[in-house]
Amino acid sequence: MRGRDLAALLFLAGLGALLASVMAELGFGNPPLRAGGPILEQSPSQVGAANIVTSVVLAYRGMDTLVELTILFTAATAAGMVLGQGTRAGRSQSPAGFILSTAADALFPFLLVLGAYIILHGHLTPGGGFQGGTILAVAFFLPLLAQPNAGIDERITTWVEGSAGAAFLLIALAGLAGDGFMAPFPGGELGELLSAGSLPVLYLALGLKVGAELAGLMGRLLTEDEA
Amino acid sequence: MIWLLGLSLVVMLAAAFAVLLLRDLLAAIAAASVVSLALSVLFVILRAPDVALAEAAVGTGLSGVLLAYTVHRLGAAGRYDP
Repeated sequence: MRGRDLAALLFLAGLGALLASVMAELGFGNPPLRAGGPILEQSPSQVGAANIVTSVVLAYRGMDTLVELTILFTAATAAGMVLGQGTRAGRSQSPAGFILSTAADALFPFLLVLGAYIILHGHLTPGGGFQGGTILAVAFFLPLLAQPNAGIDERITTWVEGSAGAAFLLIALAGLAGDGFMAPFPGGELGELLSAGSLPVLYLALGLKVGAELAGLMGRLLTEDEA
Repeated sequence: MIWLLGLSLVVMLAAAFAVLLLRDLLAAIAAASVVSLALSVLFVILRAPDVALAEAAVGTGLSGVLLAYTVHRLGAAGRYDP
């Protein structure tokens, strides 16, 4: 056995021991934090979202989500800088086979509807902006796999991303008129599609931003010149 | 419910070993997607449907597509030849 293998084995054993000692302290199914109970009790009346995870993500921990968006934006910017401007002047890529083209065409509307559903029902059912946005991005990316020369119009993705991010920040700032930055506006009946005040709008902006960001990133990856 | 939990864990482990052992990179990527899919089933069992959705969308969809495209782009240079 080479020394590198031995070092890797030692590292893995140490990591395993560390993780095991942490896991031994935690009881399965017994969360160590006690914030869950009060949130479960108060969130339906305070925020009005039927999906309590959403009320945590966008209301109680809205700042975390904002920073998360910033992280994603920074990562996408850095990747865009590394990948350079997407010029398609390089070699042209041959279109994919029949199965992929047909499947991409057939799946596109369903993925679009599914992504929109998951985003718009984020305050009612599991899911939301991040998940739905990823599905939207894949919906636009699949046809691109079938037709690599088509490309994604970067002006559109940049515009959508910028305006969605600005809308998210504006709604967050509008909370200053109420209880403070990122404070939600409650409103509507619990469980209705138009409920939970500003949360669905926030999730819509978040989903569009995530979707445009990922689609633009993957489109850039696809059309990048061979170095 | 505990057997379903065990089943998804076994599927995850088997798929993870398949990723390591498979020679064909595309097959290995498919196996990696299976790991994510089984993990999202596990999340549903553990009553975290939001996390399960994210895992399915990102782990299975996005990263699978990205990895598959990378292998496609690398072409012959990406052939695994131990």
